[in-house]
Amino acid sequence: MWKLLWKILKTGNLTEAQKTDPGCATPSEYRHSAAIRHLDAGSCNGCELELSALENPVVSLGSRGLSFVASPRHADILLVTGPVTCHMREALEITSEAMPSPKRTVAVGDCAKDGGIFRGSYAVLDGLPQVMEVDVFVPGCPPKPEEIVEGLLRAFAEKKQTT
Amino acid sequence: MNERPFDEGGLCLIPSEEGIPRALLPLDLPENYLREARFLKSSGARLKGIWGATSETPSLYAAFLLKEGLVVLSLSLARSTLSFPSLSGLFPAAGRFERTVRDLFGFRPEGLSDLRLQTNHGLWARPPLSDPDNPLASDSPSSPPENYPFVRVSGEGVHEIPVGPVHAGIIEPGHFRFSVVGEKVLRLETRMGYTHKGIASLFHGRSLAEGARLASRISGDSAVACSLVFSQAVEQAAGIAPSEGSRFVRAILLERERIANHLGDLGALGNDAGLGAALSLFSRLRERLHRTSLTVFGHRLLFDTIVPGGVSASLSASAIGHLLGECDDLTREISQLERIYADHGGLQDRFQNTGILLPEVAHLYGVGGVAGRASGQAFDARVDHRGDPTHRFAPALSLDHTGDVAARVRIRFLEIFESLIFTRSLLLHLPEPPLSMALPDAPEPREGCALVEGFRGEVIGWVRLLQGEVLESVHIQDPSPLLWHALEAATPGNLVADFPLINKSFNPSYSGTDL
Repeated sequence: MWKLLWKILKTGNLTEAQKTDPGCATPSEYRHSAAIRHLDAGSCNGCELELSALENPVVSLGSRGLSFVASPRHADILLVTGPVTCHMREALEITSEAMPSPKRTVAVGDCAKDGGIFRGSYAVLDGLPQVMEVDVFVPGCPPKPEEIVEGLLRAFAEKKQTT
Repeated sequence: MNERPFDEGGLCLIPSEEGIPRALLPLDLPENYLREARFLKSSGARLKGIWGATSETPSLYAAFLLKEGLVVLSLSLARSTLSFPSLSGLFPAAGRFERTVRDLFGFRPEGLSDLRLQTNHGLWARPPLSDPDNPLASDSPSSPPENYPFVRVSGEGVHEIPVGPVHAGIIEPGHFRFSVVGEKVLRLETRMGYTHKGIASLFHGRSLAEGARLASRISGDSAVACSLVFSQAVEQAAGIAPSEGSRFVRAILLERERIANHLGDLGALGNDAGLGAALSLFSRLRERLHRTSLTVFGHRLLFDTIVPGGVSASLSASAIGHLLGECDDLTREISQLERIYADHGGLQDRFQNTGILLPEVAHLYGVGGVAGRASGQAFDARVDHRGDPTHRFAPALSLDHTGDVAARVRIRFLEIFESLIFTRSLLLHLPEPPLSMALPDAPEPREGCALVEGFRGEVIGWVRLLQGEVLESVHIQDPSPLLWHALEAATPGNLVADFPLINKSFNPSYSGTDL
């Protein structure tokens, strides 16, 4: 136990300073927290690795008021990865319907944008826009954690403009 | 060992310059296929995958792993019947592979009793990869997905818990059906296919460079292993061996992928057992690895670093120094974390005697990799077979016999340390800069196969090339389908609350299963 406490103390705070981009909500504007429901619609799990990396102490998504939640009923943002396989369409629609309004939809990765490398297969629907309206796209294969954070903050900046 | 399966077909295992010895054995008659499979079974072979292909003739392939190397049987099917003998009586893991072949190609497994839909969820009128001109292939039975007949457990107080396809957290989709009494799991049945992307159809007609890109994206966490096995299979088909420098860099990339994933799994296992700090401490090291990968190799997850004929990155002197420094730091940090895990009573209490995979069950289902080595399966492709120059520094085999979550945690720690030492030796003895080789073209179709020890276990690759370096058919088999069997065998008798821990300790890929 002492070893662990010593290790935690010695490691210290590793979270990097937040970069602010003119396109996204700056931390000063950003006063609320948001809950994210992630849905894998057939991704190769590369995007999932980077989503998990958001929760590491270096990126520390939680310190920006954003957190992943288990239930769509608790979520403000639907974050979708993968090219939307035929077999995940129904689960994706049910998840989206279960979320309360107002809600935002973020498509993470090239696959969620237009099917990416899996585009044209008999088993995929070539991206999230084929199934539902998308608010923010985060391109990349997979996008880097900081790009995903920026995309999530942008979802709020755009919301501010529209409301 | 008796040499029958290879000398009769006029074949022996070809010792290859890179990777383990391997042989492709073409067969025409179903009875020969069954006979060879029986012989392989009696020789102690493990079934690693069964898949179909429709080239000039509809064909079925089955990959087996022996201590001596990889054997791939290929059986040409009669167009008039499209049937093949099921191996489920010999290898219990065969059934699900054969159901997938039936769902996608319309081939008929004879003697298979479980004919429920596997990869096809009933959305397609006919098997999507079947020959459109063959009416036999089209009569695939379909049922709506919600009517999938899970095996029911009856008795007083038994009830079912359905979980998925959408799980709570950042996880891939798949369905688990638990039959429980009180808190105890009586039976677990998995149902996959939700992430099926039609990878086989996407490979068809692509160039080698595009094929390598696609192979990197079969299972993102195994991008190096999948693109390496693809490249080795292509190289075997083309009859070339990559330069020594390329092979060293490939080995370094494979170890980086292994270390990163083991760090992720160890952190998540600590977190699932209630030690949140472990997740932070491990994920911080993992983030460091990813950042170094981006600077040195150009991609955080090492996608697209391996191409047929070589590698896409070379290492400068400063990069080598950077990587060596990282090896030292990681060794120090992970040694501290290993002590913390070993001394933590709460963690060990959750890990020990949880999710036991018995050695005989591991052998029966052909489970290899971390899960296999934690259950006494003494095989590691990096250790046992390398005609490779890197074999001089080959890591030691990590082995345990208890088969519980604690054993799989120990194996991961051992493998990380071995990988770090291996990486260090490779970096210190790096030969000439890697050169990518051009692949010679040939007029007739060629086939090749390969096996790579990925972080989960053995990844199998098979390719069929056409003239002009165009891919006709490719199959990359991740070990995950076998790990689902292992998970189903290890979960009953445990508490429902321990399932996330057991699942994480096997960590099968959903995308690598569904393809």
